[in-house]
Amino acid sequence: MAPHDLRRPFKRAAISDQQKRRELSLLRQAQNRRDAQQQARCLASSILSLQSPVPESEPEPEQPDIDLETAIEAEQESGASSKDLDVRRASKLRGPEVRKWFARQLMLPEWMIDVPDRLSQDWYVLARPSGKRCFVVSSNGTTVSRLRNGSILHHFPSALPAGAKTRDGSGSAQSYCILDCIFHELDQTYYVIDVVCWNGYSLYDCTAEFRFYWLNSKLEESGACSPPSYYHKYRFSAVPVYNCDQNGLYTAYTGVVPYAKDGLLFYNKHAHYQTGNTPLVLVWKDENCSQYVIDTDSKGEIPSQQQVVLELQDNGKLATSDDPPVVFGCLDADMIQQSGLDSGNLLRFAISDGGLSFSDGKLEKADLNYLGKSNRARAFADSYSKILFQYTVRHSPLKIDDLLASINSPDDQENKSCDMEMAG
Amino acid sequence: MEVTQVLLNAQSIDGSVRKNAEENLKQFQEQNLPGFLLSLSGELANEEKPVETRKLAGLILKNALDAKEQHRKYELVQRWLSLDANAKSQIKACLLKTLSSPVSDAGSTASQVIAKVAGIELPQKQWPELIGSLLSNVHQLPAHAKQATLETLGYLCEEVSPDVVDQDQVNKILTAVVQGMSGSEGNTDVRLAATRALYNALGFAQANFSNDMERDYIMRVVCEATLTPDVRIRQAAFECLVSISSTYYEKLAPYIQDIFNITAKAVKEDEEPVALQAIEFWSSICDEEIDILEEYAGDLTGDSDVPCFYFIKQALPALVPMLLETLLKQEEDQDQDEGAWNIAMAGGTCLGLVARTVGDDIVPLVVPFIEENIAKPDWRQREAATYAFGSILEGPSPEKLINLVNVALSFMLSALTKDPNSHVKDTTAWTLGRIFEFLHGSAVEAPIITPANCQQIVTVLLQSMKDTPNVAEKACGALYFLAQGYEDVGPSSPITPFFQEIVQSLLTVTHREDAGESRLRTAAYETLNEVVRCSTDETATLVLQLVPVIMLELHNTLEGQKMSSDEREKQSELQGLLCGCLQVIIQKLGSSESTKYVFMQYADQIMGLFLRVFACRSATVHEEAMLAIGALAYATGPDFAKYMPEFYRYLEMGLQNFEEYQVCAVTVGVVGDIARALEEKIVPYCDGIMTQLLKNLSSNQLHRSVKPPIFSCFGDIALAVGEYFEKYLMWAMSALQSAAELSTHTVGDDELVEYTNTLRNGILEAYSGIFQGFKNSPKTQLLVPYAPHILQFLDGIYIEKDMDDVVMKTAIGVLGDLADTLGSHAGSLIQQSLSSKDFLNECLSSEDLMIKESAEWAKLAISRAISV
Repeated sequence: MAPHDLRRPFKRAAISDQQKRRELSLLRQAQNRRDAQQQARCLASSILSLQSPVPESEPEPEQPDIDLETAIEAEQESGASSKDLDVRRASKLRGPEVRKWFARQLMLPEWMIDVPDRLSQDWYVLARPSGKRCFVVSSNGTTVSRLRNGSILHHFPSALPAGAKTRDGSGSAQSYCILDCIFHELDQTYYVIDVVCWNGYSLYDCTAEFRFYWLNSKLEESGACSPPSYYHKYRFSAVPVYNCDQNGLYTAYTGVVPYAKDGLLFYNKHAHYQTGNTPLVLVWKDENCSQYVIDTDSKGEIPSQQQVVLELQDNGKLATSDDPPVVFGCLDADMIQQSGLDSGNLLRFAISDGGLSFSDGKLEKADLNYLGKSNRARAFADSYSKILFQYTVRHSPLKIDDLLASINSPDDQENKSCDMEMAG
Repeated sequence: MEVTQVLLNAQSIDGSVRKNAEENLKQFQEQNLPGFLLSLSGELANEEKPVETRKLAGLILKNALDAKEQHRKYELVQRWLSLDANAKSQIKACLLKTLSSPVSDAGSTASQVIAKVAGIELPQKQWPELIGSLLSNVHQLPAHAKQATLETLGYLCEEVSPDVVDQDQVNKILTAVVQGMSGSEGNTDVRLAATRALYNALGFAQANFSNDMERDYIMRVVCEATLTPDVRIRQAAFECLVSISSTYYEKLAPYIQDIFNITAKAVKEDEEPVALQAIEFWSSICDEEIDILEEYAGDLTGDSDVPCFYFIKQALPALVPMLLETLLKQEEDQDQDEGAWNIAMAGGTCLGLVARTVGDDIVPLVVPFIEENIAKPDWRQREAATYAFGSILEGPSPEKLINLVNVALSFMLSALTKDPNSHVKDTTAWTLGRIFEFLHGSAVEAPIITPANCQQIVTVLLQSMKDTPNVAEKACGALYFLAQGYEDVGPSSPITPFFQEIVQSLLTVTHREDAGESRLRTAAYETLNEVVRCSTDETATLVLQLVPVIMLELHNTLEGQKMSSDEREKQSELQGLLCGCLQVIIQKLGSSESTKYVFMQYADQIMGLFLRVFACRSATVHEEAMLAIGALAYATGPDFAKYMPEFYRYLEMGLQNFEEYQVCAVTVGVVGDIARALEEKIVPYCDGIMTQLLKNLSSNQLHRSVKPPIFSCFGDIALAVGEYFEKYLMWAMSALQSAAELSTHTVGDDELVEYTNTLRNGILEAYSGIFQGFKNSPKTQLLVPYAPHILQFLDGIYIEKDMDDVVMKTAIGVLGDLADTLGSHAGSLIQQSLSSKDFLNECLSSEDLMIKESAEWAKLAISRAISV
């Protein structure tokens, strides 16, 4: 039992810098953990607040000069920044921001400007209903449909899971549905073209094949396809989806459906639900399956020359809304100054007689004629695929026969021909 | 086997003979443990054997009963308990017999072994006759046997906890010990053994100290012992007083005047080891009163458990002059000697504690001493005055000090450059650091550093960094606090104009050849870290420029090959400093988007360097690099996935490092960082990580402080991977459940309550992460069976009423998460729980905003869950 050491720290800070670093790390980690948990909690709250019965401003009346397609594209964000429905990010938003965010959550088809390979093996086709594209969210005993600009279309009870107060059991906070729909005015029906969440089960990361399978089996089962009743104000209906073989394509194109068609939608079977523009969903149309093939102007008439909306960039270049943007031309500095234009402005041009010229499948030159600034309702420039589709529609449209022919082409049959024995 | 010869051989100078003997002993022990221990105890007891073999036999016996490492100790205890009872009683008989050996080394060795056996057996209610047989005839024993018996009692009290010894046995022990200490005992060695035994026995004397007569008697004997002619007894008696001052503070009032007289005499005239203990008595009283007063300040009701007797305040007029006197007794060069401890240092330290205890009252008592001595020709007087000034800067209010400091500041700056004595400069630089630490910063109203003197201060400090290592180290310390004071100064810092120069000077210091002395290099890097931490956006580009510089330094440490162990240790220390510095820089630059973006260009290279540091394998560096990697993962986000294949094995190594539990704890924290950064990309590594974490939880070798963070880490992982956590759910839940049961009820001291709350918080964070991770998954059903237990746990800790605010916030959040995720599946369970009513209401009306916010969340989630 030797004497006990009683030395105390002398001229020393009570705590070492290493200990300080450790403690600061722990503080940071605790803060990060709190943030992560807080976000997860807000997510649930915000999904719910999306259909809170707070009065929302009515959707602005659609501009008569913009047809439905233009309206859809007019709002599209350069979807590249948000690949998935980033609910965590959304949870930080409030009020009008929620609407803005919501507007970016739809998957937007590119226009079909050439026929994808393996159409018959890898793709589905469906006849797109004409009407208002919207997200339908059911949760906590109520259902809300939101247009692409985030404003509320209807607020109603539905037979979707958690969609009305009368439903029992599963209708709790965590069970909610998000459906991608088109509301068809004439028969007051929500045509479901895709499903994002079903009864709390996220389908974002599932292939189109699985999503359609799920949709077909669950939607009917839920009773949402029944005629309207007190607790089920609007009817839902699945849109028939076909394998894009010759029969399927032909049926989608000519088949009788209870709604007015607005072109055909092609879904790649392996694609996940991806917000914003995607080449894995394509839209195609001609006069037989759509009322709106060629864009109209503000008077509802088809202008003699195709009109495009492009964004003026810093360097004077005129670009599409794609990511990366495609450049269609350039404005010189004098012109920019004289017209009082700023970068970021959306400008309307007519494609003059020189048209568009291509080299190696890439745009080389566009003969553009400046018309003026675009309507303020526009938020984004046209996409490349849209401009090209409109251009080909006016010059050498991609016809249904071309699509059917590509399905029959030997290229598309290569799998079958593999089995053939050489006879030569 | 001839044990004596083997034991002699085991101490041979001839290495091979020694090795052979050790082999023999090991074999014997493995083949026949009872026989081995018996022959050792026989050897120890045998008076005919040489003293060195007896001592070694005892030592080997002792080592067969106890070890430092917890798990090894546990094994040894189990082995002893399962030994044949006959063999054990023979061994114990030999040990007791040896106590009366005339060979004092043998008796003394036996007393230590007996205490070890007692440490194992008394808690098991075995060997009940031990204390009785030790004490039965203690009065009739010859002096050497009495001494050995008293030593045995002392060791025994050190070994066993007071609650395994009955009060009547305690009484007997204390009676024997105190009588052995008293003046009636003629033998000095017996008195010394008794005094040292009392030191250990004090913890057993709660009841006796509550009895006035017994306490008076003990105190009288202890005080008398401080006056005995034998210096060892005086020192041991003062050690007892020091121990009494903290254990029985509230019983001291009747004796404090006498104790002051005794200590004052000792400080003035006794030998240094005794004087040091006398000063320590007052330092220890300060510690007690600082704690009590802190508790008062925190608790406005004022009903603290222990009342403050203000002993220091009362003793102040006599105590302060006594301490000031000691300051003049410096040793030459004490500042260059790391291990130095003398009466001047002890006195100065005590003076600082007194200042913290009494605050403003000390200032008028010290100022005359400063004024009288600060400009004297004798360096001892100047140094003592400066030290006294530095000592009283913490405690008194800034208002009381500000004028004094403003007058002194320019004097100090001048002394730091001009005083001829290095010791004075050292203390001056230290005092400047104290000024900046306590009187500079946003909390102090009247700034002592102004645009007028800032330039001069920086110039003087940078100049002093070229002084001798001990002075330069203090100058770095002063700069550290100077920077810290500007921590939250806003967008523009007065340091900015000097930033470049400061960083350059600090880097120059780290390259000084003598930077290894007086921990100068460490101080320079620590100051660099603080300067970076407290920098503003104005200097962000300069901090960025520092990145490649520090990276190059770290790279240079990796070059050396074939290093000696000494060089290796130095390398690893330097790597630790550099990794620490990079960690601070990463955290700084990562905290703003713009700087993070630019910083990221270095991420690959930095990570490469960290991996190479790991490859050098040194535990301390391991920890620093690990901490830095956590910061890097946080800044990098999902891209961190690319480093995982190479980094993973080090992560696993860190989690397996039980010996250095800090390393393990830091690594657990980094797993959390990585989970948040990678989210579902962590899945490929989850099997390995979860397996290791579960192993760690079930290990009794791992320090308990690592367990709460492991639970929190479960939550981090579950939140990151969502329903993929299903794989681990059963194991994690069962570990959580048993920990939850243990932590519901706490019986113990404050420290245990604090630990229990940390543990609860970890458990609750795990539940939160799991619930949130499974939310929106079709597998939420899997959690339903766990809901009753979790609600019961919440109710349990609510009823217990000893949770802290952090636990309260986390707990009510878990209630919300449970309701949110399980919804109607848990609706009725939730409604039945106490938590959803009383506890929730209490949280809703909490003053703490975080608790309130969590409670509102819980309320919302519950209302939804029970509405359907």
